[in-house]
Amino acid sequence: MSETDSPEEIKKHVRVYVNVFVALMGLTVVTVAISYLHLSVVPAVILALIVATIKGSLVASYFMHLINEKKLIFATLILTGIFFAALMSLPLIFQNDKFY
Amino acid sequence: MQIPYTVHARPDTGLFNAKLGVWLFLASEVMLFGALFSSYVLLRTGAPSWPHGFEMLNIPLATLNTVVLITSSITMVMAWASLKMHDFAKYKRYIGATVGLGFFFLIIKAFEYGAKFSAGTYPSESTFLAIYFTLTGLHGLHVVGGMIVNGYFWGPGSKMWHTEPERFTNRIEVAGLYWHFVDLVWIFLFPVLYLL
Repeated sequence: MSETDSPEEIKKHVRVYVNVFVALMGLTVVTVAISYLHLSVVPAVILALIVATIKGSLVASYFMHLINEKKLIFATLILTGIFFAALMSLPLIFQNDKFY
Repeated sequence: MQIPYTVHARPDTGLFNAKLGVWLFLASEVMLFGALFSSYVLLRTGAPSWPHGFEMLNIPLATLNTVVLITSSITMVMAWASLKMHDFAKYKRYIGATVGLGFFFLIIKAFEYGAKFSAGTYPSESTFLAIYFTLTGLHGLHVVGGMIVNGYFWGPGSKMWHTEPERFTNRIEVAGLYWHFVDLVWIFLFPVLYLL
């Protein structure tokens, strides 16, 4: 978010925040509804994570102003994403090599 | 000596210092929760059987908590927007609501934990419960931390608005980044622990 945003600009942003809030509420209903479908594990995990990722992206993009943030923040987050992906792939590596 | 770049952006980073600082902190938080999520996946895929969260946990209470935390996220961003629109009275209402909603979240969580403990269900009972209490407990501690900071900015810390309004607005933006991150973590915890 720019430090030079005028009150009029902020009023426009407020309308976006309200729309994002409504979308998040709707997606929460979708998340719970999916759980009542009693799908098998793999499709349930994929669907739940897709909805959670959409919700998380909305929060990060609009509430955390990531949609118009500086390059340095993105560079930091890309680096974090690489390490996070490595961390999350560890269970997969261990499972395939049967280390446990 | 004055702390530099608390209001205006540094020429090299394009950011005021606290914002870069909090994003670096949040990056470390991603790794903290990432390690626990990774442990969860490892434990779950390695277990011969794993209970469904919806069979053991209270879905309506957790759904209510999701609604509460998302609502607190919009009140937080509205608190910041109110300052940007020079409306301090509105800011006080929104930041107060954010603290109140955080407190409401913890009360609901306490009910959930209380029901588990009174039924004799403890973290030591199973791997699922151990990881459930660890993840939700750590998240709860983050909510407490955010409430302390937001409570300070609602109360004594808000005096800064009258002397350094731009610096105070930046402080609220940074506090908001942390609070939204706490909301973001819950958005993933909810389906992973409760619904799968």
